Amino acid sequence: MKLDSLIPAPLRKPAKPGQGNGARGAAPADLKTTPPERPSDAQRLGDKAKDAPADVLAWVDQRTAASGFLTGMLYRKVPKGTNWFYTLGSATLIAFVVQATTGVFLAMFYTPSTTQAYASISHINNDVFLGQFVHGMHKWGSSVMVILVFLHMGRTFFFGAYKYPRELNWVIGVVLLILTMTMAFTGYLLPFDQRSFWASVVGININGTGPVVGPYLSDFLRAGPELGATTLSRFYAIHMLLVPGAISALIGAHLYLVVKLGTTAPPWLRADKPKVAAPVSRLDAGAEGNGNGAEPTR
Amino acid sequence: MADEANKQNGVEGASPAERAKPDPPGYFEGESMTRRRAFTIAAQGLGGIAGAAVVLPAVGFAVAPIFHRGKERWEAVGPVGDFVEDTYRQVVFTETEGIGDAGKTTAYVRKGSKQLGEDPKSIVAVSNRCAHLGCPVRFVEAAGNFICPCHGGVYDFQGKRIGGPPVRPLDHFQARIRNGQVELGPRYSVTSQLEPVRARDPGEFTGGVWEYLYPPRPSTFPPP
Repeated sequence: MKLDSLIPAPLRKPAKPGQGNGARGAAPADLKTTPPERPSDAQRLGDKAKDAPADVLAWVDQRTAASGFLTGMLYRKVPKGTNWFYTLGSATLIAFVVQATTGVFLAMFYTPSTTQAYASISHINNDVFLGQFVHGMHKWGSSVMVILVFLHMGRTFFFGAYKYPRELNWVIGVVLLILTMTMAFTGYLLPFDQRSFWASVVGININGTGPVVGPYLSDFLRAGPELGATTLSRFYAIHMLLVPGAISALIGAHLYLVVKLGTTAPPWLRADKPKVAAPVSRLDAGAEGNGNGAEPTR
Repeated sequence: MADEANKQNGVEGASPAERAKPDPPGYFEGESMTRRRAFTIAAQGLGGIAGAAVVLPAVGFAVAPIFHRGKERWEAVGPVGDFVEDTYRQVVFTETEGIGDAGKTTAYVRKGSKQLGEDPKSIVAVSNRCAHLGCPVRFVEAAGNFICPCHGGVYDFQGKRIGGPPVRPLDHFQARIRNGQVELGPRYSVTSQLEPVRARDPGEFTGGVWEYLYPPRPSTFPPP
């Protein structure tokens, strides 16, 4: 019951009849003859224990005012026509969380050294309990994340959700796309087998074909003229320290703007006409009827 | 009485508007900047210096390898007698130290050929790194060509491109003869006319205007 107090009044469920009077049910029928029953100690303790989670939340809420923010975020209005395509962004977020979690645990066994990297990956795959599974989740999850990012981008593009006032969120999303590709690229080298080695050689050389700055970019990525000992640690640092931090921060900004600006209705949805033909005079017939709750399809 | 009080407060003759705005603390005649503004600028300046003191060394640390050239390295790959002028002999040597097998590279080595107009006393060492994107090419004896498995780049006997996506001939290694041993040194690239230039990465053109579009990197060695 107390938890309900954290939800703003208009969103709260109304109490059922006869239940609105505290935790111990309805008041006795005849207050005059029957004195109110005193709760036993055990009962009181039980009540206190029941209230404890709400009390803790209320304590935090009083000091952070988080419930206002959270209800504003979680109970925000979404336009009519919101459908499964709108879940692609959250799916991408979950993919990132999976990558971050599995990555942390892989880092517990991985050695970013040219002579030991391959052996440590073999160790993870062959010896560590569930190692192959966690490694597999990270490896395949990276492809899943890249695919979801592109689907999410396609949804945003085809639904016109990048238009005013959401251009900045599109720009942040493009940066997130580039960072995701950076993650996929730098992560590919880490197993340090033949495939990842040559793929990274080719990838770095593609970077190098950019005129004027390309050659220097290659040297920066390799930390020298040839792929060497520091290349792997450099990729490792970029993969696990630099880019994840940037992605997390930008996801925060991305989500803030989503909540702040709201989502768009799908483009096939027009502003609602009145469902029941209202008796309109001939003179009013040309005017758009748009007073019943549908968001404009901007 | 009121006049005296005003004199003490220094607002004699002031208009009501001026009286509403007392001079900020520390004001003096002819000041060019308020105290608050001076402190704002000083605090931001100090913050900027402190930030730069942390960020600049870190960035320099990450970027420094671009400007660093390693030690020139020569490695003997066999006696001169092992090499002939009409075909290549494959040798493997270390190009980058300290990373085990990953630092090794393959070169195809032969003597200079009189027929091709080369100095017969010279040694030609062709790198197996494809000039397209860096895959390892293979010398195919029967065809007399270098062929790349990745995207089908083909080079002739001298390493000049004759087909596929590569943008320039195969790289060479500097070669010399010391005590009867052939020694291989730093890598260098060549133009389509086989003129030596500083080593370029695969995928980068050489010669002419390309020398400016893909400038030589300070981390590479001058060509012979």
